[in-house]
Amino acid sequence: MERPEAEPLGASHSCQTGEAEPGTGPAEEEPGGAAAGTMMEDCLSKKIEITVSEAEKRTGRNAMNMQETYTAYLIETRAVESQTEGQCSPPDSLWRRYSEFELLRNYLLVNYPHIVVPPLPEKRAEFVWHKLSADNMDPDFVERRRIGLENFLIRVASHPIICQDKIFYSFLTQEGGWKEMVNETGFQLKADSRLKALNATFRVKNPDKRFTELKHYSDELQSVISHLLRVRARVADRLYGVYKVHGNYGRVFSEWSAIEKEMGDGLQSAGHHMDVYAGSIDDILEEEEHYADQLKEYLFYAEALRAVCRKHELMQYDLEIAAQDLASKKQQCEELATGTLRTFSLKGMTSKLFGQETPEQREGKIKVLEEQIHEGEEQLKSKNVESREFVKSAWTDIERFKEQKNHDLKEALISYAVMQISMCKKGIQVWTNAKECFSKM
Amino acid sequence: MSAGGGGLGTPRALPSSGPRALRDMPHPLAASSSEEAASELTPSPDLLLPRSFADKDLSLPNGTPVDTSSPASSSSLLNRLQLDDDLDGETRDLFVTVDDPKKHICTMETYITYRVTTKTTRAEFDLPEYSVRRRYQDFDWLRNKLEESQPTHLIPPLPEKFVMKGVVDRFSEEFVETRRKALDKFLKRIADHPVLSFNEHFNVFLTAKDLNAYKKQGMALLSKMGESVKYVTGAYKLRSRPLEFAAIGDYLDTFVLKLGTIDRIAQRIIKEELEYLVELREYGPVYSTWGGLEMELAEPLEGVSACIGNCCTALEELSDDMTEDFLPVLREYILYSESMKNVLKKRDQVQAEYEAKLEAVALKKEDRPKVSI
Repeated sequence: MERPEAEPLGASHSCQTGEAEPGTGPAEEEPGGAAAGTMMEDCLSKKIEITVSEAEKRTGRNAMNMQETYTAYLIETRAVESQTEGQCSPPDSLWRRYSEFELLRNYLLVNYPHIVVPPLPEKRAEFVWHKLSADNMDPDFVERRRIGLENFLIRVASHPIICQDKIFYSFLTQEGGWKEMVNETGFQLKADSRLKALNATFRVKNPDKRFTELKHYSDELQSVISHLLRVRARVADRLYGVYKVHGNYGRVFSEWSAIEKEMGDGLQSAGHHMDVYAGSIDDILEEEEHYADQLKEYLFYAEALRAVCRKHELMQYDLEIAAQDLASKKQQCEELATGTLRTFSLKGMTSKLFGQETPEQREGKIKVLEEQIHEGEEQLKSKNVESREFVKSAWTDIERFKEQKNHDLKEALISYAVMQISMCKKGIQVWTNAKECFSKM
Repeated sequence: MSAGGGGLGTPRALPSSGPRALRDMPHPLAASSSEEAASELTPSPDLLLPRSFADKDLSLPNGTPVDTSSPASSSSLLNRLQLDDDLDGETRDLFVTVDDPKKHICTMETYITYRVTTKTTRAEFDLPEYSVRRRYQDFDWLRNKLEESQPTHLIPPLPEKFVMKGVVDRFSEEFVETRRKALDKFLKRIADHPVLSFNEHFNVFLTAKDLNAYKKQGMALLSKMGESVKYVTGAYKLRSRPLEFAAIGDYLDTFVLKLGTIDRIAQRIIKEELEYLVELREYGPVYSTWGGLEMELAEPLEGVSACIGNCCTALEELSDDMTEDFLPVLREYILYSESMKNVLKKRDQVQAEYEAKLEAVALKKEDRPKVSI
């Protein structure tokens, strides 16, 4: 499904020497910014409006015929043009559950390894502060998940490359039989299981330095954002405590006002303001959860980024192994042809012990080897091309991602600051009101 | 609560300010219509400005005419609590300060003394200026003496006498400073009091080089009034307590309770704020760390980190101010209320004594006809 990329000019043809070629070279941008612009316009997101509008609890039978409860989400799509024409045609809609989203994403991961695939909202509630429930069925969690799923679909639809995927389109439009269709593509067979083994190291001799650095960056980013989310949850917890204790003032002022004459009214009103103050924290923290969700998206994005770097690593590794293999075969061939034994080989030893091979046997072997070498050279050539293409397109997407990340996080920080300002202003208002009550007493 | 009524079984109830409905009577701590008095009564709402309470004592004007006929009547009691409003600096002729705490280490004990400086133009004082060293015991002695000699007056409270060793460090700077402030307030209140400031014990306290010698001398001479109050047992039940005092008593009970609750709430808030501060202190630097990873985002992230740092500083100041300015005032009024309750108790005792004597008189009158000729 990839767009064929232009062959890089002036690439060294080191396939003949059997060496692996690191896919270096300046990352070539898509030809011209104008082309990039048209690509954006081709994005699905410009053509249709996607929303995940509802969530519903369902019960059904799972694969093991046991009853289970799950939540289904309603996806609505509506052509953008139909709206601008003044008609408001009813949207097409279908229901999907979280596991289907996961299936879609896994499909995309396998088929577009050079793309930083948008992440799904978290599977289980993490980084919760005490008042939030860690239960997947909790309505607040479901609501935040609904928003996260909508965000995922919009992100995919806005990506110039993956928005064109047919499976994605049917996910949005074809209710029945979609799962079967995905499985029929056989993408699971294509999946490289090594990608899951995150910590296994592959000794790669010549990786593209940019990818190595990027992998390091994504690890650090994951670590720092996790830390941030954890501390933020604790901060929220404590702030909640501070606000809520002020509610006690409300009660005691009310009781106290009962025994006072002149001070009674003032105390009563001030007490009311304390109650307002204590109650305001619930809304404040709910808004802050939205900020936390934005951070979480990038926490998971960091993982997607890491996956791309990992893919490069593996490709490079395969390339190097293939090159090594080719080199050793060539050497074997040479040895057989010239009869010299440069390196120790079991065959060499056995032939020494049990007698030399016949020239016919040797000829046969050489021929087999030559065939293998030829095959190997072809393979190495295509692998090199593949690798170079991968590096190029991956790096393009990475640049796109970096811009998106910087933009989104800036926005998130700004709105966080605005939230904090609003919270402080509310606090000032409450205390000013209380102070007035006290001065009038 | 009726005035009058003679006869045997019903000793005359104490005269009060007259049969008035409870709601028509001014509330014992009612503020007057004058703004000055109103502002003096309540603790300053603007807690950010440290205000000295030295010249803003409890002013309790009431509308009833002065009635000095019965020392225990409510009107005269309230009257004595009334302080003159004209406390401008120009009319004051007695200035007292408490400062310079010093630690003294002796073989038997370790204690702190404070310097008490007096400046005055009053004739009762031989010199215009005095500077003496006093310890907490001395202040406590003074207060007891004042209570004894002026039992109808509300004596300002002292900071708590006993502190649990091991829980509070009696020699920590904070504790000593808090105590010094309270002692300073105590003396200033007495100095500004039109009656108490002329008390001879107060004079000696401010001037004597060797207070202990005077103390020993004083022990032998108990004031008559104080003695009689001390020896009255609580066995005699009051026939009736005038409504006003019952009201005051009930009010004080609830008042102290509510103030106590507010004190606890305030302490809890400070505690929660400090715990919040701990988390904030970890939160800010994480943004800095993140900024180190980024290029374009480095500046904004550093900015957030700096902001959070500022919030931490501000929060710290808030907690400090709460501890230094708000809590002491609450505690002061709790102590004040305790003092008032003691005054009420004494009043009850005097009433009890009075009623006992009335009964005795009535009995003797009964016996008189039998002892004729």
